[in-house]
Order: sequence, then structure tokens, then C-alpha cells
Amino acid sequence: MAGKYRLKSGEVPAESFFLEICGLNKAVVELNRVCKDYGGQRALSDISLTVADGEFLSLLGPSGCGKTTLLRLIGGFEDCTRGSLLIDGQAVDQSPPEKRAVNTVFQNYALFPHMTVFDNVAFGLRMAKKPAAEIEQSVAQALELVQLAGMERRRPTELSGGQQQRVAIARAIVNKPRVLLLDEPMSALDHRLRKQMQKELKQLQRTLGITFILVTHDQDEAFAMSDRVVVMQHGQIEQIGTPMEIYEEPVNLYVARFVGDINVLDGVIREQTGPSTFKALVEGAAVSLKSMRPLSLGQPIHLLLRPEDFRLELEQDMAESQDLSAKFQQARLKGTVRRIFYHGATYDVEVALESGARVQVTEFFDDDSENLYFKPGDSVALGWHEGWEVVLPHEK
Amino acid sequence: MKNSSSFRRLLIGSTYFWMAGLALVPYLILLGASFLERGEGALVSSHVTSANYLHLLSPTVFSMALDSIGLAGIAALLCLLAGYPFAYVLAQSSAKLQPLLLLLVMIPFWTNSLIRTYALVMMLKADGVVNTLLLAAGLIDAPLQLMYTPLAVFIGLVYTLLPFMILPLYAALKAVDPRLLEAGRDLGAGRVQNFIKITVPLTMPGIIAGTMLVFLPALGMFYISDILGGARSMLLGNYIRDQFLVFRDIPMGSAASVTMTLAMGLLLLLYHLASRRLGKEMLQ
Ligand SMILES: Nc1ncnc2c1ncn2[C@@H]1O[C@H](COP(=O)(O)OP(=O)(O)OP(=O)(O)O)[C@@H](O)[C@H]1O
Ligand SMILES: [Mg+2]
Repeated sequence: MAGKYRLKSGEVPAESFFLEICGLNKAVVELNRVCKDYGGQRALSDISLTVADGEFLSLLGPSGCGKTTLLRLIGGFEDCTRGSLLIDGQAVDQSPPEKRAVNTVFQNYALFPHMTVFDNVAFGLRMAKKPAAEIEQSVAQALELVQLAGMERRRPTELSGGQQQRVAIARAIVNKPRVLLLDEPMSALDHRLRKQMQKELKQLQRTLGITFILVTHDQDEAFAMSDRVVVMQHGQIEQIGTPMEIYEEPVNLYVARFVGDINVLDGVIREQTGPSTFKALVEGAAVSLKSMRPLSLGQPIHLLLRPEDFRLELEQDMAESQDLSAKFQQARLKGTVRRIFYHGATYDVEVALESGARVQVTEFFDDDSENLYFKPGDSVALGWHEGWEVVLPHEK
Repeated sequence: MKNSSSFRRLLIGSTYFWMAGLALVPYLILLGASFLERGEGALVSSHVTSANYLHLLSPTVFSMALDSIGLAGIAALLCLLAGYPFAYVLAQSSAKLQPLLLLLVMIPFWTNSLIRTYALVMMLKADGVVNTLLLAAGLIDAPLQLMYTPLAVFIGLVYTLLPFMILPLYAALKAVDPRLLEAGRDLGAGRVQNFIKITVPLTMPGIIAGTMLVFLPALGMFYISDILGGARSMLLGNYIRDQFLVFRDIPMGSAASVTMTLAMGLLLLLYHLASRRLGKEMLQ
């Protein structure tokens, strides 16, 4: 492993370096500055990505952002317009799909309708000219793994959507690929089955130790299953990171907005009070902020806060309690409760700030009190848990 | 609404009327005649008999029928071998080119097939186009005997019936989901293996349909065997034609017609069953 990532000047070694210091295994798939054009139309631009052995990576992004295209490049169904693609350290630009140690679970499963489940799963092994006895055994094992034992003689048409998906997975994993590519495999399933399949897929990945690259445009799915998530937009990578990094430290407004609800407040930097602490004016209120970014005086900023990052108290309680107002020392915005949305374990409070901005705050039910604590019309103080805020330079 | 529905009824009704008048009634007459005896002065006598059908089983007629089936079978096979590659290229070619290529397949239909058969004579006869070209190229020293050979009959049948093979094959090939072929590649199959394991099985309904559409007419296209094969090649169609027009044995010709229709019907039924089975598998 050592020496594999020699740093050449001008290269971008950050990713492989990241993998190494995180103790992850060597890279299975490496893309270096890959571009893909479809007849002059750019589908992917400047994609650099390193996928570690045994990793579960998700490609997350809206429709048309190039997720499928990226998978097809790795699978060998499209050629890179520019850049290089390595699988297991070997350049594969010239090798066709059948020569790559990569298998795909297609979005529509693409099961062979004229073959039984057994023949579908055995297809890859037969192509590899494995002996019949071994095929028999491997197929049985694979079907066992996806809980389809006993369905060997059925045709794909005689299976439910979830079962078809399992066949597609069995058909791919039976070949023991280095990388399994999954293109929105769960999009055709209902919510409940989807959740179940997510668990099973994750379990399967742990059992097999195969690298999974999953395409999805469902953030929950990406977060629940992945070691790392790649957020894409317009054929570009916006951010690569663990689900936690993506959620808590989005690098821009797009990523922040894409993964879950977020409140965006506008402000301007007033004073630097320490290496990473600032005073700023946010929605008309003076607040203290923490940020590792270099921010200059007078710089306009976005302040990002998740609904669960806020503190919310009634103004009248604040007046009565010293302890309470102490918690709002670094930030105290004034507002009025507009609406309440009940969600079961939590409820959302929509607050109109004095500046006119609206924010959504998620509160947990207090076990002791029967009623919702806030009601429309209440005057409230709004703050947040210290350090939970994300500061971004203002985007036009 | 009422108007349009009575208009609809009129349309459908007239279709049934023509079908009955032009197909069903003549056919019933044919069926009836096949059980009668040949008449002395009149066309048929009123004597009911099954002798005509028994005669069809006699060695001469039976072996002629077998020959005819063999000939049609070979013609169908030749059409399949020639048509599949063409249909494959057609289905793969760009969306702009496809209508043009299809047009090329259809153009011969605009000319009467009898006339096209005579045109083939011009090509194949001793001083015809083919021999002239071959002689000029120095490939042969004396004109080849092409006319009045089984080869000429095959050329005629294949030339006339090839579109009936290409069109269903084209439709079947177009219906093959390209993603299945990608899945095949993904699982390690090369292009050839993909073709054998995926394309051919999935286009089987088209192969069967095309074979039927060539095989059945090839049994009856008497004028091709007449014009190109001389008296030597006998198709079932020639036999029936001769009964009616040469020997004036209308009951015998009717019996042969009915038998051939039944045989065709049986084949179509088999095809229908087979395609339904395959079709079910192909529906996903
Ligand atoms: N074969 C093709 N020819 C031309 N353009 C294409 C082709 N395939 C994809 N594109 C374009 O490339 C871009 C990326 O498409 P891609 O299929 O990768 O999106 P995606 O992220 O998978 O979207 P979705 O979530 O809807 O599946 C789109 O703008 C699309 O129109
Ligand atoms: Mg896609």
C-alpha cells in the first residue's frame, strides 16, 4: 500500500491521502479529472474521485446531474472524453465491460426475461466457463444470500419487484466483482420494502466486503447506508465526505439545501475576536460566530442552521430566568411564532424574525407537559447551540 | 354520439359482409366441392365421396407434397439466413437511416410479383444479365444453365418472399431491450455470446413469424416454379392449379386446397401458441 500514492507536483493527492490516514484500504476505483461529453453536451466535468476497497460510496444528486453517466463510465459502457479511469491501479480506458471486474445492478434490473432465476444468476459464471458443479453451488449460495432459495425455476415475470431486485443483486455478486455498481436499485420499491432492502443491502456489503457504489437521489438512503457520500450537481462534484461531514459542514448552499431542511440567515462580519471567532450582524441582531474559514471585515455571509440546531424560548420566560438568558448570550434574535407542525415525536415551529426572515425550528416534546409549549402569536427568543452554526461566504 | 356509433357499426358490418361474401362463402363452396365427384358434363356430380382426400394420400401425390414442403422449407431457411443479418443491421442503424432502408425493403411490393418474376428470367436466362456479366468477367467460359433449375426456383422464392422475413425480424430486433445486452456485457459476455444467448432467443417470435410468412406462401407460389423451374419443380400450388385448370378436376383441386389450408392453419396455430408462450416470457 505504501508508495502507491507518490505525490507528484500538480496532482491532487488529497483523496488517496485521506483514505490512507483514515486507515481505509487501497483504492479500487480512481477517476482523475474525468470529463464526459455527449455530442458536445457536457455531462460530467472534471471528476476526481477515489473509492477505497470495501467502501460503501453513494452518489447523490438531482435528476440529470450525471450520476448514471458516472456509473456507466466505471462499468465500461461509455468512454471518458478526457481524464483517466483506473480500476485496481490499472488504466481501463481500453477494456470493454466484459473485461472489467465490475458488475452492475441496473436501474430497471435488466433481468433476462427468457431465462429462469437460476439461469439469470448463472449467466456470468457460465460466461467465465466455470465448471457446472461450481456454478450450481455458487448460484445456490448467492440466492441464499439474497433470501431467494427455492425460486430457481421461476421466471423474472413471476417475481415481485423486490424479488426481481434481489435476483439482479445475486446475478451481480455471484461473480465476486471488485466493485458493485447500483443505479437507483430501490427506486421502484415502496417505502417499507425500500427501508428493508437498504438494511439488507448494507448487511450484504459487510458480509461480502465488496466495494459498493450506489446511485440515489434520496438523501436518507445515501446517509443511512454509506461510508462516504458524493454530492453532485450539473456534472460536477460539490462535496465528498462522510454523511456527518456533509450534513454538518456543507461546503456551500447547494449541498446544505440538498441534504435535509436548512435555514439560511443573511449577515455581515463586523469584527474578528479570535483565530476562529467573529462578531457579526445577522438578520439585524449582533451575534458571535465560530468559523474556521478566513472571513474579512464587512464580508457578507450566509449563516446556516438546521431546524434542530436552534434554541427557542418564550420572551416572557426569558425575562423571568437568568439561567435561560445566559444560554442566549452569543445570539438572541427576536421573533413571533407563526405556525406549528405536528410530526409525532417532534414538532416544527415556524418563526417570523423581526427582519422578516422566516425560520423553521424543530422541537422535541417535553415528556412532562401535555400541550405544545408554543402557540401562534407567541413572542420568542431565537438562539442556537454554540458552534453548531455553519458560516459560508455570501453566494450571489 | 349515436351517429358515430351507427357509423362504426356500418363500417364493421360492411367489413364482415365483404369477408363473408368474398372469403367464407367461396371457401364453403370449395369445402363442399371437395366431397363431391367429378361430373361428366357439369363441373361436379352430386355424388358424395371422400375419395378425393384418399387420393391425396397416394404415393405420387404424397411424395410431391413432401418435395414441395422441402422446397418451401429450404426457401424459408435461405430467407432467414439472408434476412437476419439485414434486419439486424437495419435495427442497429441510425434513426434517420432506418426509414430509408425499410423503404428499400418495401419498394419491390410496388411492382406486381408476376412481373418481377419475368424480370428474373431476364437475369437468369442463357444470354441474360448474370451470364453476360460472368462471361465478360472471364469467370466462366460457357453460359451457366440457371433457368429451369431448382436453383432458379429458390432464387425466385427468396427474392419474392424475403421482405416477409425481414419485417417481422426487424420488429422483433427493435423490441430487444438494449439494456439487456448491456447486462450481458456486464456479466462477461462478448458480442457473439450476447447474440447467441440473448438476441436470438428474444427474437424467436420474429424468427418463427418470418419463417411462417415465407414457408406458407412458398408452398403455393406456382407461377414462380412454372416460370423459373419449367415443368420440373412441382409445388403444391402447381398441383392445385393443374387440377383446376388443366385436368378440370374441381373436386380433387378443392380437396388439395382444403388440405393445404388446414395444414397452414395448423402451423399458424402452433406458431400462435409458441409466440404466446415466448411473448409471456418477454413481457416484464
Ligand atoms: N446517451 C446520451 N446522449 C446524450 N445525452 C445524454 C445521454 N445520457 C445522458 N445524457 C445527458 O447527460 C446528463 C446526465 O445524465 P445522467 O443519466 O447521468 O443523469 P442522472 O444523474 O443519472 O439522472 P437521473 O437521476 O434522472 O437518473 C443529462 O443532462 C442527460 O440529458
Ligand atoms: Mg440515472
